[in-house]
Amino acid sequence: MAEIKLMKGNEAIAEAAILAGCDAYFGYPITPQSEVIEYLMMERPEERTGMVVLQAESEIAAINMVYGAAGAGKRTMTSSSSPGISLKQEGISYIAGAELPAVIVNVVRGGPGLGTIQPSQADYFQSTKGGGHGDYRLLVLAPASVQEMADFVADAFDLAFKYRNPVMILSDGVIGQMMEKVTMPEQRPRWTDEEIKQQFDSWGTLGKPADRERNIITSLELDPYRQEEHNHKLQAKYRLMEENEVRYETINCDDAEYIFVAYGSSARIAQKAMEQARAKGIKAGLFRLITLFPFPKKQISELADRVKGFLAVELSAGQMIEDVKLAVNGKCKAEHYGRFGGVIHSPEEILDALEQKIIGG
Amino acid sequence: MDVKEIIKPENLVYTKTKNMTDNPLSYCPGCGHGTAHRLTMEVVEEMGITEDTIGVAPVGCSVLAYDFMNIDMTQAAHGRAPAVATGIKRVWPEKFVFTYQGDGDLAAIGGNETLHACNRGENIVIIFVNNGIYGMTGGQMAPTTLDGMRTSTSPYGRDFATMGHPLKMTELIAQLPGTHFVTRQAVHTPAAVRKAKKAIRKAFEVQKEKKGMAFVEIVSNCNSGWKMTPVDANNWMVENMFPYFPLGDIKVDGNLVK
Repeated sequence: MAEIKLMKGNEAIAEAAILAGCDAYFGYPITPQSEVIEYLMMERPEERTGMVVLQAESEIAAINMVYGAAGAGKRTMTSSSSPGISLKQEGISYIAGAELPAVIVNVVRGGPGLGTIQPSQADYFQSTKGGGHGDYRLLVLAPASVQEMADFVADAFDLAFKYRNPVMILSDGVIGQMMEKVTMPEQRPRWTDEEIKQQFDSWGTLGKPADRERNIITSLELDPYRQEEHNHKLQAKYRLMEENEVRYETINCDDAEYIFVAYGSSARIAQKAMEQARAKGIKAGLFRLITLFPFPKKQISELADRVKGFLAVELSAGQMIEDVKLAVNGKCKAEHYGRFGGVIHSPEEILDALEQKIIGG
Repeated sequence: MDVKEIIKPENLVYTKTKNMTDNPLSYCPGCGHGTAHRLTMEVVEEMGITEDTIGVAPVGCSVLAYDFMNIDMTQAAHGRAPAVATGIKRVWPEKFVFTYQGDGDLAAIGGNETLHACNRGENIVIIFVNNGIYGMTGGQMAPTTLDGMRTSTSPYGRDFATMGHPLKMTELIAQLPGTHFVTRQAVHTPAAVRKAKKAIRKAFEVQKEKKGMAFVEIVSNCNSGWKMTPVDANNWMVENMFPYFPLGDIKVDGNLVK
C-alpha cells in the first residue's frame, strides 16, 4: 500500500510533478507558492528522474522557457501566484496560439496589483476567459485538497498533450499552504528520446531529419483568412473540451432545493455551510466545480429546472457567478457571496448569505 | 559554355546551402539579414549538425526567419528568444540551439533575458543583428540608435539627455563569466562576410565543446529605415556605426581581448 504523507499543497504539486514524469520545471519565487520550486531544488529531481529544474530570472523568462521546451516535445511546467501569472500571460497566449502542451500552476493570492499574500479566488476571469490577448482558453483544473494538488498534475499533463493546449491548475493560498495527508501516485517514467520522437516528430522542434519537412513552432500567421482558420481550429478544440472534459462533484444535490456552487477552498467551506444548513432543516446541496473551463453549463442548467436557487461562493467580488448565471439563464435565483482581498469567508457567513439572498431574498 | 553545360555539378563553383529554403527573402534589397541567414545556415550544414539544430526566431524583421532557414525553429515572443532557447537547450542538451535576434528584440525588450542567459552561461549561440533601428515597425529608435540619428520616434535626432545612449550590449555581456566567445562582425564586403562566417563557425564550435555562451553581433545596415540607397547605407554604416560599434573579437576563450 502506498505511503500516506503529511504535506503542504505546494509540496504535493512539486512531488507529483517528479512522479508524473515531468521533464522540466521553470519557475520564479513568489508567495504563496515558493515551496514548489524550493521543494524541487531540495529534492534533486535531476538525480531521481533526470527532470530539469531551473530558477529563471523572471516569471516572463520562466514561461518562455516552458514555451521552448514544450515546443520540443517535453513535459514542461511552471508555477506562480497571481501577479506572476499576470506577467506570464503573454507567454501563455503564445503557448495557446502555437498549440503547445504545458502545465501552469496558479496558487492565487489577493489583488489587484501587488495585493496581498493571503488566499483569493479573484483570478477566475483571467484563468477561464483567456487571460492574455486573443481568443483562447486554458483547460482549468481546480483542486480542493492537497490530495487533488497531487492527483491533478499527471491529469494536467495528459490533458495538455491530448489537446496540445496549456492546462492550468488553479489553486489558492489556502490549498497551497495547508498541510493534509496525501497518498502519492506511482512514479511514471519520463518519456525516452525515442518515445518523444515517435509521438511528436510530426510537430515538435526535435531537429529536422533530411526526410521530413521542418517543424515550426509559431503563433504568427499574417494572412488574416488563415489566422481566422487557425482560430476556428482552436475554437473547435475548446468545444471538444466542453463535450468531453467537464468534471465536477455533487454532494446532497439529489433532493436539494438550494445549491452552493463553489470550487477549491471555497468548496471546502461551503461544504461545512451545507452541513449547517441541513442541520437547520434547509435542503442544501453542494456543486463543486473541478474543471472551471470547461464549465459544467449543462449540469447546472438541468439542476436549475428543479431547484429554488444557487449561491455561488467564491473568494472574489463575483466572477464565477457570471458563468453560473449564464447556465441558470433566469430559471431560478442565482446570487454571489464571497469575501475577498485575502479575507476568507466562514461557513456561518455563507449560510447567512443563503438565507438572506436566496431563501429570504 | 551554354547554360546546360554551366549547371553541370562538376562545373558549379558554388551552390546554395540546403539549409536555406527556396522562399524569396522578405528583406529589403540591400539588407544584411539575407547574408547573415545564409552564413548561419552554411555553418550548420558544414558542421553536419542540421538534424540536431534548433533555431529561435525573434520578433522584428527576422520574425519569419523560419520561412528561410530549412531547420526546425521556434518563433519567440518579443525579446524572449534567449529564454526560449534556454528551455530547449536544457531539455535537449545534445542539440545545437541558437537564437537570431535584432537590436530592439535583444537589447531593449529582451535585455533581461539576454543578460541572464549570458550570465548563466547557457550553452547556446546568439546571433545579434544590430542595425540601429526598428526595421519591421517602420524605422523607430532602437537602443542602439546612434546619437543624433533621426528615426520616426526621434525625428529631430536621438538626444542623449532625454533618450539615453546607444547601448553596447555586446561589450556589456562580454563582462559576464558565462560568456565564452563574444565578437562583433559585419557582412557589407566579401572580406567581412568571410570573417563573419568564421566567427559564426567558432560560435557553434564553442557550443559543441560545451563551453558556454557564444555571442556574435553583426553590425548591419537598414537602408529602408535609414532612408538611403543600399550603397549609401553601407558607407554610412562604415563611417558612423563602426566607430561606435568597432568590429573584432571582444572575448575569446573566455578572456577579454585587450
